[in-house]
Amino acid sequence: MAKSRRFSAGRRKFLKGAAVAGAATLATPGKPAVAAPTRRVTTPLQDPRAETGTPPEVEVLTADHCGSDFMVDVIKSLDIEYFCANPGSSFRALHESIVNYGGNQKPEFITCCHEESSVAMAHAYSKIEGKPIGVMAHGTVGLQHAAMAIYNAYCDRVPMFIVVGNSLDATQRRPGVEWEHSVQDAASMVRDFVKWDDTPISLGHFAESAARAYKIAMTPPMEPVLLVADSDLQERPLSEKEKLRVQKVTRTSPPQGDSGAVAEAAKLLVAAQNPVIIADRAARTPAGMKYLIELAETLQAPVLDQGGRMNFPSRHRLNLSGRGRPLIAEADVILGLELTDFWGTVNAYRDQLERTSRRITKPGTKLISITAGDLYIKANYQDFERYPEIDLAMAADAEATLPALIEAVKKLITPDRKSAFQARGAKLAAAHEAAVEQARKEAAYGWDASPISTARMSAELWAQIKNEDWSLVSNGASGWPQRLWNFDKYYQQIGGSGGAGVGYGAPASVGGALANRKYGRLSVSIQNDGDLMYAPGVLWTAAHHRIPLLSVMHNNRAYHQEVMHLQRMGNRHNRGIDRAYIGTTIEDPNIDYAKLAQSMGWFAEGPITDPKDLGPAIKRALAAVKHGEPALVDVVSQPR
Amino acid sequence: MKGLFLILAMLAGSQNPPSANTPRGDPQNGKMLFMKYGCFECHGREGQGSNATGPRLNQNPITYPRFVAYIRKPSGEMPPYTAKVVTDQQAADLYAFLQSLPKPPAVDSIPLLKQ
Ligand SMILES: Cc1ncc(C[n+]2csc(CCOP(=O)(O)OP(=O)(O)O)c2C)c(N)n1
Ligand SMILES: [Mg+2]
Repeated sequence: MAKSRRFSAGRRKFLKGAAVAGAATLATPGKPAVAAPTRRVTTPLQDPRAETGTPPEVEVLTADHCGSDFMVDVIKSLDIEYFCANPGSSFRALHESIVNYGGNQKPEFITCCHEESSVAMAHAYSKIEGKPIGVMAHGTVGLQHAAMAIYNAYCDRVPMFIVVGNSLDATQRRPGVEWEHSVQDAASMVRDFVKWDDTPISLGHFAESAARAYKIAMTPPMEPVLLVADSDLQERPLSEKEKLRVQKVTRTSPPQGDSGAVAEAAKLLVAAQNPVIIADRAARTPAGMKYLIELAETLQAPVLDQGGRMNFPSRHRLNLSGRGRPLIAEADVILGLELTDFWGTVNAYRDQLERTSRRITKPGTKLISITAGDLYIKANYQDFERYPEIDLAMAADAEATLPALIEAVKKLITPDRKSAFQARGAKLAAAHEAAVEQARKEAAYGWDASPISTARMSAELWAQIKNEDWSLVSNGASGWPQRLWNFDKYYQQIGGSGGAGVGYGAPASVGGALANRKYGRLSVSIQNDGDLMYAPGVLWTAAHHRIPLLSVMHNNRAYHQEVMHLQRMGNRHNRGIDRAYIGTTIEDPNIDYAKLAQSMGWFAEGPITDPKDLGPAIKRALAAVKHGEPALVDVVSQPR
Repeated sequence: MKGLFLILAMLAGSQNPPSANTPRGDPQNGKMLFMKYGCFECHGREGQGSNATGPRLNQNPITYPRFVAYIRKPSGEMPPYTAKVVTDQQAADLYAFLQSLPKPPAVDSIPLLKQ
């Protein structure tokens, strides 16, 4: 192929002398240098004679700069702070350029023990910081490991800059394993769930595609992008004369709702008796939360925060997230902002032998949607959920559209409507207070239980962190923090995995903590046991890179979600559930998570089974975190 | 038998358990069954419930006939427990266990819930 010829011209010319001379030392004519291999040969460069023999005179064996140095220049221009990666020879030159040529600063190499961890770290980092970091993955196998986590980020609308190594030119591959790690079309494996990818065939092409990729990733709906860095391109010597230009990254402003549709939405909202605002991934930045507060207060309308991002303060008097169902049932207008599942929001679904559903809104309730998801739907993966019958749909970014919507609403408010809004607001505030009180009452049930209740765990943790500048970077505890804690800053909650690919929680908490570190924020996580066991090596990454994180384990010693599914099947088939634990519990032996964490350099305590021991244990762990260490408290907990 | 329960459920129609319609159950055995039959999975080991999975059962009485009718033919998400899996006597034991659950401490006596 012309493509691969062009790729390799530089390196081939450069290595020609060495290759010919090398062959002369290794072999006498007509006789192979090494006995004919019965198994796969390893690379000839590893032949001991190649290392110990007298080297022939060669043209050149070193070069002061190579293609990957230029790639680092490009990456630096994108202001990418870190690259999370498990090392792999398909990007060995880029790796070396980052740590030597680039000085291991912006980007700094973060050593990960699994590519799934690299990606999930980058995923959470991006949600805290509002911009992507990089991930490097080894050709074929590294990207295969990374795939699930990329899918999570895609479903969660998170930008990420992924670079994957590959060796396209078959004539240049080292015999053996480089073939297994090479592929014709490296990105194809994940093309369904990245927004854009490219395989540049020159360094100039790499620069241009990197700028384009960054711009695409950062335009809502934000998504991961992927570039293939061919090993030939990385390793080709860079001559002084080569004119290479780093492209300027330009940004696209996010899509705003059509002005006519915004005006229509404002009319419906102002006229409504019982409008409800529902937000999922609405706030992309702190401004998003500010706008949502302004809209809710202007309308005195309740907000149901579905928690995909930190959309709305938990203790705002218009936050009625816990009262979603009755409010939706009474609503005459529902405004959905970046909802993952509008259909599921307005329908009740029953998972029995016959699967049934019914609409829970009143007839005639108007549904308004603003989502950038409408601009970007692919066919294969089904994360777009069931088709919702929306009355007024804006294919636009909610955060970017809110200012115009707020203005339009304000213009339409008459004194009459204003007094109706005030009366509505007073009722909603009372309902909010009642919900807070109800949550406190509910939390008291099982307060002294062992295993420890998730409410108690959340309350004990809150007691220790509430006066700190905290950020909940991963949360696996049945929504209790949202009910008991005071969330009012954007970084205090970052939503979930997106694609429900379990194994996200642990690396996401480390990635979120990495983003929080430079601000001196206290990162805390509530860590599920099953989730941690997919790739616990990320604990080592946190310790190695001195990433402070307070992790409290919600250790219900089970893949509990699946226990419940097994029970459903057992009951449905009249076989009882005595054996539902098979394949779903994580017992016999119980895992000692404190030891696991300690072995990787963490401060850790547990298992804690007596609720009275929990507060003091969290306090000690917090002291360690304040010294810059990651710390874990293993809590044996109730299922949910 | 099931028909009778449903009629009783309709007649009872109140939130308070009428003791006359409640067969004698063994709370100790009920406690064991609550674990064995996986009720704890959604409702918590103390019947404390969870927003995400199942309602609180502690101090949340329905009548015995309604209880049995519901576990046999739940109108919501709960998996059905037919008599093949939970006998009537076992249902009575489970009910007795739920009735025996202690009240939680007064919320105002818990400083951590005032923050
Ligand atoms: C990669 C992946 N494998 C399997 C599942 C199916 N799954 C959904 S929830 C769950 C259990 C997770 O266990 P844990 O993290 O301990 O949470 P728990 O349900 O116990 O609260 C599993 C295995 C999944 N969602 N993702
Ligand atoms: Mg678990």
